Amino acid sequence: MNLMPENEVMPAAPHPMAPLPFRVQRVRRETRDTFTLELQSANGAGRPSFLAGQFNMVYVFGAGEVPMSITGDPADQDTIIHTTRSVGMVSQAICKLKSGDMVGLRGPFGTPWPVEEAAGKDVVVVAGGIGLAPLRPVVYQLLADRAKFGKVVLIYGTRTPADILYQKELAKWRSRLDFRVAVTVDRAPAAWRGSVGVVTTLIPKVSFDPQRTVAMVCGPEVMMRFVARELEARGVEKNRIYISMERNMKCAVGFCGHCQLGPQFICKDGAVFRYDRIRPLLGIREL
Amino acid sequence: METLERILAEHPFSRDLQKPYAELLVGCAANVRFEAGEFLFREGDEANQFYLIRQGIVSVEIFAGPSGQTTITTMGEGEVLGWSWLFPPYRWKFDARAVELTRAIALDGKCLRAKCEADHDLGYELLKRFALMVEQRLDATRLQLLNVYESHA
Repeated sequence: MNLMPENEVMPAAPHPMAPLPFRVQRVRRETRDTFTLELQSANGAGRPSFLAGQFNMVYVFGAGEVPMSITGDPADQDTIIHTTRSVGMVSQAICKLKSGDMVGLRGPFGTPWPVEEAAGKDVVVVAGGIGLAPLRPVVYQLLADRAKFGKVVLIYGTRTPADILYQKELAKWRSRLDFRVAVTVDRAPAAWRGSVGVVTTLIPKVSFDPQRTVAMVCGPEVMMRFVARELEARGVEKNRIYISMERNMKCAVGFCGHCQLGPQFICKDGAVFRYDRIRPLLGIREL
Repeated sequence: METLERILAEHPFSRDLQKPYAELLVGCAANVRFEAGEFLFREGDEANQFYLIRQGIVSVEIFAGPSGQTTITTMGEGEVLGWSWLFPPYRWKFDARAVELTRAIALDGKCLRAKCEADHDLGYELLKRFALMVEQRLDATRLQLLNVYESHA
């Protein structure tokens, strides 16, 4: 039965496969091969709201489309921010964009980090390499509502001191007394005064209560496996560890199956998963 | 004032040692302090000690030719630095330098080696602790060697 009066037209929701036009406001080089894009809606519609952990499909006209985590502040109503590494053909084209260029955007898609569920608990955020980018919105939210959480810890590992993302922000976060930031690099010249070693080695060194901790982990899959193992060794239950998975996402709405991992579509059922639910699939090498 | 007994009883390496072994360790221990930039030991030097770090950061470094002086790892509070005192030819294979003011307990490895030879239970207890540490460092090194961040986008 049609409940709409015949002369009224249902407002059209944006079609999930139709990109909306966005204009590049600014491109900032973060490291040797990593760039941050600031985008604004070009059709006056404003930016779609998003939750920390979600991603957009970014379409560079003439080059192609790639999934990119949203890395800005969910409270910023004007701008969409993405950070990417220049590794493939499309991401290389993205890194060459200039202020004023147009891109197409579909999204946001995917599951969010469990920020609300972490209220009242300690929160351990573990990032590896560019994995800090999808977790930055989490940090913004945690700090904006700091009193809602117990201890808040960010553990960040990357290749070298020159590969550290968001250096100014990290320095600002480190200066806070209510936020523990621990950074380590895999390799460093002797002039580096910080920690050297893999990110897992920092987990036993930071203070949090494993019994009441929610952990959010993002980075290369092998790193996340080792981090989850270390968190479990500290006493954090698997069902309170969340990881962000990555596969070859194309349609972003679960149609095409490119990102399928067993019964899960990473684009639709993830990219953020509870570790106890995704862990059995990580051990299947054929996947 | 903190006594050596108390410091050793609180350090993760030695806190659950049986009393006689803990007392024995105290007999081989000394409080040491290194200013930022000061070397704890240099590659090739005789390795007759190991260090239980109480405070500060120590970088383990190697001179890597064209790459210059390179930090392999850093050690901090609660960690143990050095196992070359356990194995012939008892020479350090790396440099160790205090990155910031570092306080530690230095344990006389020469003295401990003799005691471990005389009391194999003590030797086994210490070797178990060092073997665990070596295993953990080997795991970390393997992960480090994977260079996992290189291809991650």
